[in-house]
Amino acid sequence: MNTFKPVLTEYIDQQDCHTLPFYKSVGGYTALDKVLKMNPEDVTKEVKDSNLRGRGGAGFPTGVKWGFIPKDSDKPKYLINNADESEPGTFKDRLLMNKAPHQMLEGMVIAAYAIGCHTSFIYIRGEFYKEYKLLEKVVTEAYENNLLGDNILGSNYSLDVVIHRGAGAYICGEETGLIESLEGKRGWPRIKPPFPAIEGYLQSPTIVNNVETLSCLPHIVNRGAGWFKSIGPEKGPGPRLFCISGCVNNPGIFEEPMGVSLKDLIFDRAGGIPDGKQLKAVFPGGSSSAILTANEAIDVMMDFEELVEKKSMLGSAGVIVMDETVNMVQACLNIARFYAHESCGQCTPCREGTAWLVKMLTRLVNGGGKPNDIDMLFEITDNIGGLIDFSKGSFGKTICPFGEAVAWPVRSFVEKFKNEFMEYLTQEKVVA
Amino acid sequence: MKSNGKLKQRFTFSDLERVEQIFSQYPDKKSATLPLLHLAQSQEGYISNSVIETIADLVDCHSAVVMDCVSFYTMLYTKPQGRHIIQVCQTLSCSLNGADALVDHVTDKYEIKPGETMANDRFTLMKVECLGSCGTAPVVQINKEYHEGLSTQKFDKLLESFE
Repeated sequence: MNTFKPVLTEYIDQQDCHTLPFYKSVGGYTALDKVLKMNPEDVTKEVKDSNLRGRGGAGFPTGVKWGFIPKDSDKPKYLINNADESEPGTFKDRLLMNKAPHQMLEGMVIAAYAIGCHTSFIYIRGEFYKEYKLLEKVVTEAYENNLLGDNILGSNYSLDVVIHRGAGAYICGEETGLIESLEGKRGWPRIKPPFPAIEGYLQSPTIVNNVETLSCLPHIVNRGAGWFKSIGPEKGPGPRLFCISGCVNNPGIFEEPMGVSLKDLIFDRAGGIPDGKQLKAVFPGGSSSAILTANEAIDVMMDFEELVEKKSMLGSAGVIVMDETVNMVQACLNIARFYAHESCGQCTPCREGTAWLVKMLTRLVNGGGKPNDIDMLFEITDNIGGLIDFSKGSFGKTICPFGEAVAWPVRSFVEKFKNEFMEYLTQEKVVA
Repeated sequence: MKSNGKLKQRFTFSDLERVEQIFSQYPDKKSATLPLLHLAQSQEGYISNSVIETIADLVDCHSAVVMDCVSFYTMLYTKPQGRHIIQVCQTLSCSLNGADALVDHVTDKYEIKPGETMANDRFTLMKVECLGSCGTAPVVQINKEYHEGLSTQKFDKLLESFE
């Protein structure tokens, strides 16, 4: 779509774009003013109508999630902004926090108002220290300008925002792992149900939304659900930040409508592959998505539904490009090692299975592979992630989706580039 | 707990105002655990048993609960580290863009392998998983700061600036 104009990143090249005066000069906090005069139910309805789906990875409809908050509960409600960005290939939330922190914060107040929350948290990954310091300033500035705290913008509504730093754990991006971590424990995901909207932080109704998801809200309020829905495919519309990294000339973050073609992202926005090399494979949605071969990738539209059809997923929209020189067995080992390191250790199939994968792949790479290793790799991934049946969603062996997140990509490497794995088996000795 | 024949002094926070402020932000005490651990580490450089006991008392739980938490997170150190901590991201996008060469460079020049600290405590080298900055790979975090799009030459110069 040639007519698309960036929404979330429209001003990121401007100097001082992170400041409150700048944000106000481009209409910042007018959506909040509007929302505070609406019924919370109407705000939720507008977001539901927009078909906004979560930008963190799972793609769950945001308004529907809010709707699960019990109306009759007298417990406090909590909103948590998930800024624990750590999916390999994904680096968009960091940009939004650096360049448009007030947009995110306005989104937070809107979401908090809609669900009736008065204490809200930003769970930011511990390594993002610079962003943490910036957000501290931004939040203080918001308090000073009556955009947070008591009686926001003269209304009856009050909200506190607390910034909470993580301490290095990928699993804390999973919403119940995050909640456990916020409660001062190790980030072990909880068995669901109950879902956080019923019993989350301190057993109270809790909504966890991603930075980019929240950043969409001021625009939905100002321009309407209809406008949002008109951008890209109706079932999962809106602007989206696509992160492109790996073997490309111009890696970076590109805001495009949902449903943009992957080919355009790689060869146009990201400038194609260096030195005229050929495309070999792509992670379309972070390292937890199944990889696509060059042939599969070339005509894919980056949309929730289409990528599920291709037996992969849009996930966090983190695109990692691999060129013809990339060794698929090594790449697979790299990803397996990431998951083995990050497995929280709670469920046996994942804790043991990820370590086995690394051991086996290391052995293979070092020339000590055994004839039935390929079958064994399939068996282990099936044991971690459940039998891979995309038509059924294939969940079930572990408490959280981490199991699938390792099984899908690893299995896709072995399945789609089996020859390269076989080559290691047939070679007498391969030098590591 | 004895050391050199004297009673070892219990860890105390130097910035008590900040401790108060942290507690005031949360609806329950235990949620203050991670922020207190961060604060203690910035004061001490690592999390000692004494830190764990102090925090356990403050948040009103057994020290084993705090220790459990400490053991889970990679950013919390249970041993003293070098003056500067070099963390080289090794996940796919960084790996495809030369992260291994950066690790090798430190190992060759400063004679420390990943996980090791120099004898004079100048550097600790670590290989870490995705730092969330894949678009500017390879990325290295030195202490609290990210350094992006590093070549070996740039990295070498950068390291020289840390005493």
